[in-house]
Formats: sequence, C-alpha cells, structure tokens
Amino acid sequence: MAKQNDRGFLQASDRQPLLFDWIFSVDHKRIGLLYLYSVGAFFLAGVALGVLLRLELIAPGPTIATAQTYNALFTLHGVVMIFLFIIPGIPGAFGNLMLPLQIGARDVAFPRLNLLSWWLYILGAFMALTSLFSGGGPPDTGWTFYVPFSSETPTNVSLALLAVFIIGFSSILTGVNFVTTIHRLRAPGMHWGRLPLFVWSLYATAWVQILATPVLGITMVLLMVERLIGLGLFDPGRGGDPILYQHLFWIYSHPAVYIMILPAMGVVSEIIPVFARKPTFGYKAIAASSVAIAAAGSLVWGHHMFVSGMSDTAILVFSLLTFLVAIPSAVKVFNWVATLYRGSISLEPPMLFALAFVFLFSIGGLTGLILGSAATDVHVHDTHFVVGHFHYVMFGGTGFAFFAALHYWLPKVFGRMYNMKAATIAWAIIFVGFNLLYFPMMLVGLHGMPRRYYDYLPQFQQLNVIATAGSWVLAAGLLLMFVNLYRGMRRGAAAGSNPWQAATLEWVLTSPPPAESFSQPPQVTHGPYDLQQAGKP
Amino acid sequence: MTMQRDATAARLGMWLFLFSELLLFGGLFLLYAVYLARYPADFVAGGRQLDLLLGTGNTILLITSSLTVALALSALQQGRRRLCLGLLCATVLASLLFLVNKGVEWQAKFDHGLFPGGARLEETAPGQKVFFGLYFVTTGLHGLHVLIGAALLLWILGLVGSGRVTEQDPVMLENGALYWHLVDLIWIFIFPLYYLLL
Repeated sequence: MAKQNDRGFLQASDRQPLLFDWIFSVDHKRIGLLYLYSVGAFFLAGVALGVLLRLELIAPGPTIATAQTYNALFTLHGVVMIFLFIIPGIPGAFGNLMLPLQIGARDVAFPRLNLLSWWLYILGAFMALTSLFSGGGPPDTGWTFYVPFSSETPTNVSLALLAVFIIGFSSILTGVNFVTTIHRLRAPGMHWGRLPLFVWSLYATAWVQILATPVLGITMVLLMVERLIGLGLFDPGRGGDPILYQHLFWIYSHPAVYIMILPAMGVVSEIIPVFARKPTFGYKAIAASSVAIAAAGSLVWGHHMFVSGMSDTAILVFSLLTFLVAIPSAVKVFNWVATLYRGSISLEPPMLFALAFVFLFSIGGLTGLILGSAATDVHVHDTHFVVGHFHYVMFGGTGFAFFAALHYWLPKVFGRMYNMKAATIAWAIIFVGFNLLYFPMMLVGLHGMPRRYYDYLPQFQQLNVIATAGSWVLAAGLLLMFVNLYRGMRRGAAAGSNPWQAATLEWVLTSPPPAESFSQPPQVTHGPYDLQQAGKP
Repeated sequence: MTMQRDATAARLGMWLFLFSELLLFGGLFLLYAVYLARYPADFVAGGRQLDLLLGTGNTILLITSSLTVALALSALQQGRRRLCLGLLCATVLASLLFLVNKGVEWQAKFDHGLFPGGARLEETAPGQKVFFGLYFVTTGLHGLHVLIGAALLLWILGLVGSGRVTEQDPVMLENGALYWHLVDLIWIFIFPLYYLLL
C-alpha cells in the first residue's frame, strides 16, 4: 500500500478531510461511521436519562423529579434508546461499515440513498429533540404512544410522532438498500451458502424493515391526524376503537424487536467461531433461523395485548405463535454453544461480550416465555418484570452485541488496537452492573411493582436501591469502555489487517480499509468460517 | 459511481420500496375491514353519499394515465423521444385532472357538513363518522401520492427532455412508471371499496 493510503478511507486524499467530506460522503464506510458516532451519542444520552430514572426510584415519593417530569423522562429514554439507538444501531453503523466488505463489494447498491437515510435519521432525531423544548412540553406518553392518552395530552406528541415517521422512512430506505446490495453485489464465488452469518441476519432484518415499518408509518400518521382534526378512528366516543391502535402499533413494533435483535445475533455468530477457532456449527440452521425469526416474528404482535380486552381466541393463537418464535431463537443458542464445544476458546474482549450476550439473551428469552403464556402474563403485565425482561433482551442482547461489534471491528475500521486489559475490566464491570440493575427489577415486578410510576410502596425499596446502585456500576463500566475504545482508536498500537485471524472478507483488506473498498471484486474461494483460509479472499 | 448503472438493482430497489408503500396503505385497508365488519349498515349509508360519477371519472383518468405512462416507456425504448414526452405530458395532465376532481368532491362534502367536526356528520351514527374519517384519510393519503407521482413524472420528463434518461438507459422512467402504476393500483382498491360495493 502506498504511503498516503495508510489511513485508508479515513483520509482518502492528501489533505485532512473536513466536516463536509464526511457528512456529504457517499462512501459506505464513512456513512457507517457517521451512524456510529450519532447512535453512540444518543446511546450516551439515553444512558444519562436512564440513570436519572433510576435515581428517582431510589426512594418512594418524589426524589429528584415530579410525576410529570418522570413521565417525560421515561418517554424520552424509550424514544431515544429505541428509535435513535437500537433500531439504527447495528445495521446503520456496522451494517454499512461491514456489509459491502463482507460480500466483496465496492459499496452498497444505492450509495446516495444511503446518505439520504442518514440525513433523514438526523432530521428525525433533531425533531425528536425539538419536541422537548417546544409546543406543550416534552411528550409524556411512553414510547408506545397509546391512545386515548396520546391523542388527548397537551404535550408535544405530534412532533415526536413526525420524528418517528421520518426515522422509520430512513429505516425503510436502509432495508431496501441492503436487500438490493445482497442480491446484486456479491463478489464472484460469494454464493448464498458462503454469506457470512452477519450478512444473513442483515438480510432478514432488511426484509422486516421494508415490510413492517410502513405500518408504523401509517399508525403515526393516523395519530397525528387524530390530534390535528380528530377523525375519531381510535376514539370510542366517535365509533373508533383504541385497541385497533394497539394492533397497528404492535404489527410494526413487535417485528421491530427483531430488527433490533437479529443483527445482534449476526454479530455474535461472526465472533464465536473466530474466538473458538472452529467453523461455526450448523451454518445453515443459523442462517435459516434468522429468516424464520423474521417470518414468525411478524405474526406474534398480539402478545403485547393479552390484558387489553382482546378475545380469548386471539390470545390463545398469539400465545401459541409466540412460543413458536422461541424455536428458531433456541436453534441459534444451541448452535453457538455447539460451536464452542471443544473449541480452542480465547477470551478476548469481543468474545467476552459475545458470551455475555448468549447468557443474558437466554435469560431475556426465557423470561419472555413467562410473558408469552397468557396466564402468567396477566400477573406480571405492566410490572417491572416486563422492564427487566425487555432490558435483558435489548440491552443484554443487542447492547452487548453492539459492544462486541465495537471491540471486534473497530480495530479494522481505525487500524488500531485498544487496551485489552482495560477492555476486559470494563466488560466485567458492565456485566456485574447490568445484572445488579435489571435482575432486581424482575424480582420487584414479580412482587407487584408496576412500571412507569415515579412512586412506589415502601416494601419495594430494598430491591430498587440495589437496582439504582447497579445503574451506577453499569454507567462506570460504560464510561471505562468508551474511554478505552476512544484512546485505542486515537493512539493504540497498529492492529494489522487481521488481528483476530478471521476468515471473512473484510479482514483481507488493509486496516483501515482503502477508500474504494474492493475496487476489483475478489474471487471468493472459501466459506466465511474456514479459519485455515484466514487472510485469503 | 459505476454501480448505479445496474438497472436490475434499480428496478429491484423500486419494487422493494413499492412493497413498503403497499403496506402503508395496508394499515388503512385493515382498519376498513375491521370497521366494515363492525358497522356494515353505517358503511353502506356512508358509501351511498359518495359521488359515484366523480369516482368513476377519476378511475377512468387514472387507468388512462397508467396506459399513457406505459406507452411513454415503450416510446422511449423505441427511441421516439418526442412521442415519449407527449405521453408523459398527458399522464401528468391526467393526474392533475384527478386532483381537481378530488378537490371538487371534497369541497362538496365540506359544503354538506360531512367532515370531522362538521355539523351533519356530528349528527350521524358513530359508524358513519368512522366511515368518513377513513374516507378522508385514505383518499387524502392517496391524493398525496398522486401529487408525489405527478411531481416525479414531471422531473423525469425533464430528464428525458435534457437527454439524461435515454433509450439506452431508461430505468428512471421505468421506475417512475412503476410508482405511477402503484398509485393507480391503490386507487383500483379504493374505488370499489368506498364507491361501488357499499
């Protein structure tokens, strides 16, 4: 490689790139990094809000916030974390960075559309933030925007809905782009049986993005129109039915949790074989289960509504379908464990996060079955048990996979290595803090503490204090992890092109990858997990 | 970028996007189905008050415009650029006439107080309120798509005129025509559901 290309796409020409060279770049790697920085910033904002929520709950009664402020805080925490971090997080950042590299392409199929996706995302984020300081004050409905409250409350819900609509549009465009890219731009020899499992998971995710997000779009539009002129489509006083809102909302928002978790599973499927030094066990089963989850996950939305007054038949059907989704999820977990079996496991930071994912996601998945059986759901519905379960899946799952991806791929992106010891310590602190924070939530929920209240009965205090202390431990661990990554990417030792001896295509390129990625498509000669072939296309 | 010359990819991307548009309207058709099952009599009463003549006129306009846009594509592929431009103009004209018709129809409803909050609608049964709520939001969203489609075709017309969409590289026009067919297709469902069957 020529000298001026040492920094690869980070500095494609002789001069130092300016802001405009980044925010108007159509290079998938730069767009990926734009996403990474933006979702990272919103993640930190969401964490700060979460810590404030926990601080309020350290003692019964008003501690640091009034009821109204608390409502705004948890709404904001939810909207920021769901729509600005988890949904765009792994596909937007690592999908854009790695998808073209992993299939040996020069870029995604529609580079300019890709840039538009990021801009729409930023526009939506900006509007969501504006909704806090304008109109009738910050939205206080929770991220689910349930009617009738959301159509009545004087707070600035309409702008937040528009923001969600626009972010949804951005998500659809990313999905269209990825499906087209995977169909059209695979390098010669990269047939479907050689696609890395991360690409398979992005493929399944992209279909869900295309097919489910529009339903959220129309739901948000209807709610906006409802607030503007009062059509009455969800207003029982005018013949409408509020339950239908919940159906429409969850027709998107349940598949959306698979938009959140599938790419995370893809990341873990990449990492485990590399650090167990074994080809992945059941490649086809893992790939197929991604598609199966995407398909079956589209039919289970009703399990959010067991106590909403839906018919018993519907409850039975949705409960059954919910149990069916557990099958492909378990297929993945068993295959990961089988990959580990008799592997030569090295516990480096990406692997630690990936293993934590498997452990925490299993807890999250099994507690999900408690919620999926109609009888037990009646007991724990709308309690802190749901909050605990959800965070085990979303944070313990997607969040940890995101951290795993950071530790796995950032050395590729920046060509530098972070401090392994600090990363391991950060992982341990995060893991302990996480369980301290969310396990007591599930316990206190089983005892009957409802979610979304700023106040609680005194007998719940002990578990709440533990959870709040856990939030501090978790925040400290996150701080250490981010500082370590930042320092590593600025000043760390050179990582080399393939620090983990992985066999997927992105590791064939120099680190950081050159601006044009694969300017000539490589001839692919082996599968993604033929680890003896590491470093060859 | 060289990859943007991949016409198959461009068509595939457009089809995927059209799926998402279908599902956007899918939410509205779902509401229609549920509320029709709940308020069949009110829906019939509401449907009777829609102007069948204007609805039929608009259907003819849209189907014709779908034909002209398809012919425009054929004309371009045969290298008959002037004919293509003329047919695209006809398509855009038809879409504008559609919107004028729709405006006349809406205005008549407003004049009769048949709108959310309007005097006459407020007196009717809940089922009719829902019917007209759905009618306005569905035809409104469809009208917005007509407007977007017309603007898109107008822009492509400019590209054909300036020689950037050509016989060799017609994929932009193909995709514009696909979008226009979708707008047409959705109307083909709206028209019987609201005007004919009830």
